[in-house]
Amino acid sequence: MTATIPTPPVSPTPPTGSTADDRLLRTSPLRRLLGRPELGSVVGALAVFLFFALIADGFVRAAGLATVLYAASTIGIMAVPVALLMIGGEFDLSAGVMVTSSALISSMFSYQMTANVWVGVGVSLLVTLAIGFFNGFMLTRTELPSFIITLGTFLMLTGMNLGFTKLISGTVSTKTIADMEGFASAKVLFASVLTVGGVDFKVTILWWIGLVALASWILLRTRVGNWIFAVGGGKEAARAVGVPVAATKIGLYMGVSFAAWIAGQHLLFSFDAVQSGEGVGKELTYIIAAVIGGCLITGGYGSAIGSAVGALIFGMTDKGIVFAEWNPDWFKFFLGAMLLLATLLNAWVRKRAEATA
Amino acid sequence: MARFRTWVSIAVAGALGASLAGCSSTGGKRAEDARKAASAQGGGAVSTPRWTVAMITHSGDGDTFWDIVQNGAQQAADKDNIKFLYSHDDEGQQQAQLVDAAVDKGVDGIVVTLAKPDAMKSAVARAVKAGIPVITVNSGSEKSKEFGALTHVGQDETIAGEAVGEELNERGRKTALCVLHEQGNVGHEQRCAGVRKTFDGTVRNIYVEGTDMSAVQSSIGAKLQADSSVDAVVTLGAPYAATAVKAKEDAGSKAEIDTFDLNAKVAASLKDGTLGFAVDQQPYLQGYEAVDLLWLYRYNADTLGGGRPVLTGPQIITKDQAAELESYADRGTR
Repeated sequence: MTATIPTPPVSPTPPTGSTADDRLLRTSPLRRLLGRPELGSVVGALAVFLFFALIADGFVRAAGLATVLYAASTIGIMAVPVALLMIGGEFDLSAGVMVTSSALISSMFSYQMTANVWVGVGVSLLVTLAIGFFNGFMLTRTELPSFIITLGTFLMLTGMNLGFTKLISGTVSTKTIADMEGFASAKVLFASVLTVGGVDFKVTILWWIGLVALASWILLRTRVGNWIFAVGGGKEAARAVGVPVAATKIGLYMGVSFAAWIAGQHLLFSFDAVQSGEGVGKELTYIIAAVIGGCLITGGYGSAIGSAVGALIFGMTDKGIVFAEWNPDWFKFFLGAMLLLATLLNAWVRKRAEATA
Repeated sequence: MARFRTWVSIAVAGALGASLAGCSSTGGKRAEDARKAASAQGGGAVSTPRWTVAMITHSGDGDTFWDIVQNGAQQAADKDNIKFLYSHDDEGQQQAQLVDAAVDKGVDGIVVTLAKPDAMKSAVARAVKAGIPVITVNSGSEKSKEFGALTHVGQDETIAGEAVGEELNERGRKTALCVLHEQGNVGHEQRCAGVRKTFDGTVRNIYVEGTDMSAVQSSIGAKLQADSSVDAVVTLGAPYAATAVKAKEDAGSKAEIDTFDLNAKVAASLKDGTLGFAVDQQPYLQGYEAVDLLWLYRYNADTLGGGRPVLTGPQIITKDQAAELESYADRGTR
């Protein structure tokens, strides 16, 4: 039952800015655990899980949990790099439509060139990474707030998704590429179903776990991780001690676009035709997941695991309401209330932890 | 920076090389071009002056259905030597402003949807007052005459829902799930209410996030897992039918998937039996007729319908008709 909640690994060095005295103290493992950014969200996730396990029939069945995990993974794949970016002190409002752009590019390139589907997938990766690079490059060159830069990218991508699709395909959704060479093998990688003990799990869950592990390793075990915390905590101070601020931020934006590519390919290969108007508004979902997971809006604090727990809370709430068969008119209200409660609990636990630490 | 440029050029060159090498011998544009095989396009067929018609709909961005309506309208405009302007906004207030702009431009005819009749009331009245003939399409049949439009071309959503309920009865279904992908859309509520009216079994509504296919899939899947008695799922838009099929496979449910509206994928799925039936309102006809009726009115003062709506649906489409419609859906006209 609790196996679905990833337990935070105990890091030897708390990434929070601590005073000189603290660093010389030998802290107990429990202390260190209490200082982790994702602790509050784990408690929140447990509360949400118990709540729906009690009131929603079918929620705790294996098939139900697989559905919840799938819902969480489609958010979580994007929430991981978005969390890293927020730790680095920046926003990306173009993350939602970028997923759709990425899917549209692979689909239309393969179709129009009558190329093997893998060629389209490769081209899509390059173009999507270029969009991420553009975001980071503009940000570091212009010194404008990332809110403005990525808002511009968001609007431009939304327009390009519609405009190019209509221009190239003649309709507002792409034509199916399911009958083309390479589709089947690409589908295995991005949108297959793994049956474990009679329950179908989507491959996106593996991608999600992989991304969380990779991001956690980068954050906690590498020099780049320290750079990310440093640029989010204070850009000028970081620059003064020799952190490559521009490169770090560009890298973070390219990380978001890489994840958008994965999510976009999943979209394409699970539905084999893409609607060009999709993805608007999803960027907020990713940011919310990261914030529930303990990222601060102001930057410099948070974790990759937290973003995963945030996505899990989102997925559980979203699908739990369906399993509970509540009156659908109130759906959005419940979703908002649950999210608010989860975040409040998260903040309260963090405060208590800091008070005892 | 120079090193970065080198990398980019290598990457682009590599991508182009790979795309030339990695061709697909199945599907894609080449197959489509082979299918097209010289279907000649006719030009304008009338000698009337070049009138301008503006069409203003409540469509969101990138909506397949409205794309087909627009194709139909464009086809009629080409035939009738009409300059066709299309604009849309899913916010009532903005849609009204677009109608105002068309009136300001002094167009020769206006085609408008009344999904939000209260928001559109004054804008349509202004057009009528300016002497511009107005035709309403798709939604707002009950307000069309009151607002001073010549004719309404569309489908009565309640009647369409009733047709679905009757079809479900014939298929011996007991519990239906009505999937609403746009919360607060009156037409959608009417459809589900229509199904409820004639269907002998029970109808359950479920609201999904229409702009996110993954969420739609997992929501329908969760509902099917939570309630194993559901044996029919009715989606209200063509793109959602395929998603519902995936959700059904995930949930291991035996439910039959049926849908409102058509697209290429729905036609193909009807043909291979993954979908039960579709109920079509012929969007191409809605666009085409609206523009053509405006032309008739200006040329010959003709009106159609005798003050009643001209219905373009519902038309129940099953496996038998799907094969014929597939090629039409592929080119974006059905």
